Amino acid sequence: MTKQVVAGSSLWADAWKRWRRHRISVASAVVLTLVVAFCVLGPMLTEALLGHTYEAQNRALGAAPPSWVHPFGTDILGRDVMVRTMIGGRVSLAVALVATAVSLFVGVTYGALSGFLGGRVDAVMMRIVDLMLSTPYLLLVIVLMAVIPPSQVSIGGLDGSIILMFAALGLVSWLILARIVRGQVLALKEREFVEAARAIGVKPLTILFRHIVPNTLGPVIVYSTLTIPSVMLSEAFLSFLGLGIREPEASWGTLVNDGANAMSVFPWLLIFPGAIMTLTLFCLNFLGDGLRDALDPSASRT
Amino acid sequence: MIGHVVRRLAAILPLVLLLAFSTFLLLQLAPGGPFDAERNFPPEIQKQLEARFSLDAPWYEQFGTYIVGLADGTLPSMKRPGLTVGELIGSSFPVSLTLGTLAMGFALCLGITSGIIGAIRQNSIWDWSTMSVALIGISVPNFVLGPLLILIFALGLGWVPPARWEGLETMILPAVTLGLAYAAYIARLTRAGMLEVIRTDFVRTARAKGLAEHVVVIRHALRGALLPVITYLGPATARIITGTVVIEKIFQVPGLGYYFVQSALDRDYSMVLGVVCFYASILMVLNLLVDIAYTWLDPRVKLA
Repeated sequence: MTKQVVAGSSLWADAWKRWRRHRISVASAVVLTLVVAFCVLGPMLTEALLGHTYEAQNRALGAAPPSWVHPFGTDILGRDVMVRTMIGGRVSLAVALVATAVSLFVGVTYGALSGFLGGRVDAVMMRIVDLMLSTPYLLLVIVLMAVIPPSQVSIGGLDGSIILMFAALGLVSWLILARIVRGQVLALKEREFVEAARAIGVKPLTILFRHIVPNTLGPVIVYSTLTIPSVMLSEAFLSFLGLGIREPEASWGTLVNDGANAMSVFPWLLIFPGAIMTLTLFCLNFLGDGLRDALDPSASRT
Repeated sequence: MIGHVVRRLAAILPLVLLLAFSTFLLLQLAPGGPFDAERNFPPEIQKQLEARFSLDAPWYEQFGTYIVGLADGTLPSMKRPGLTVGELIGSSFPVSLTLGTLAMGFALCLGITSGIIGAIRQNSIWDWSTMSVALIGISVPNFVLGPLLILIFALGLGWVPPARWEGLETMILPAVTLGLAYAAYIARLTRAGMLEVIRTDFVRTARAKGLAEHVVVIRHALRGALLPVITYLGPATARIITGTVVIEKIFQVPGLGYYFVQSALDRDYSMVLGVVCFYASILMVLNLLVDIAYTWLDPRVKLA
């Protein structure tokens, strides 16, 4: 009789296998990598190959349609739209990532504490989340962005409007995450390994953050990937209204706004930044969908 | 049931007050006030203005004045002399309401219909194409879609006027732009719900007793399948409220949304406070209605 070796497969190995079968999600990840490379490396490449930079103006040219030298055309001030789309993409992606990181930090801490402490504290903490979820919080963000002057919050070389955006969007997008983490913690804290940790005298907060929280990672990753596109959309929404990123900084929101104002005469100003942004959002949504199917198979699919 | 509704309604007032207070706090903490902007008034006039809006009073008195003024509708707008906050909301909200209702109606009709088609013809070309369109619809931001639709249908084909708000034909583009993303999401929810319900025993029973297919789908299955859609209506309304802000800017619609942004930028504190309270109350009442609709659609759900 031959010995059969049964190879165990971890949660992550299973998830990886499931994710690779979700073709659109894998394709989205590839496209996203390309978009990120386009935004991060693109400006250097265009400078080397085509010889124009982000600030360079060619007033004589004015708003010119796409050409070989300016593949996305130029804007009214004679600036290259492709380089501006790349630089704007850097800002949009950075805002999305940092605000999501803020929401991750706040959401996980809040949810974990609420679920772990339980009882009345939990009830009050979750009521607050319900309350915030039931308000059109974007209205409050609009007020915040409108009344705080960006110059007061700029740190180092970063424009204040970008910092303000990190904070404002990070602080309102943690709610769902907090709920998810709380639910997970409520179930996990009754498990044997927690009891074992308690029995050998591990301090409660260490139990929570070293033993319980790492086990909530799956759903947390999934919902963070879904938070990124929604934060990106909010940033563009605010910038579009003139409440977000200000000149000379640019983001996809401000570019689309500029484009919308001039679209009847210079449609390329709207079409290129709009298309890149839509493509990115599309891929992020798909990536999130695929990850949810892979890491959180019990979650309902819609 | 009635007890629950009464309790929920009673909770709205303190919640709105709390929200009003947070907004007020935000405005207080922000540097600068409504009257120290571009024009430099002589100090006496500045004092007079601040006294008129009790900006010189301690914060609790100010807050009290605003709330009382909002409640009885006499709070004046700080930047539009001679008009009260109530009058301004009263004249511009109907426009936003029309826009939001049209968009929601459009989203529900299109979303539910294509969701049903997708589910009963699962894996057909119909299913595949509606769901692909829905996926794209979710990802296109409305401020990209709006200008694009203007470019194609107003400036290119000339079917509808590009902007303004006079008569039904000017309302089509704004409502479609606002509603499309929700239609897409509702289509996915309806399809998923329908696929689940259509396999249950009571649907099989309905079929077995010889009911016509459309009766089974519409009278029996749809009711259960719509539950996720109903739940989605709460958050969707909140987003449509903020969504109108952008749509009103793109299509130059004289509604409350864009007006709100302007008053935040102008630091018209009384107007900002008024609009936040107004929208929050509407939203909470709507959330309550959603919960009531839930018990009606699914008799198993009881409101505690």
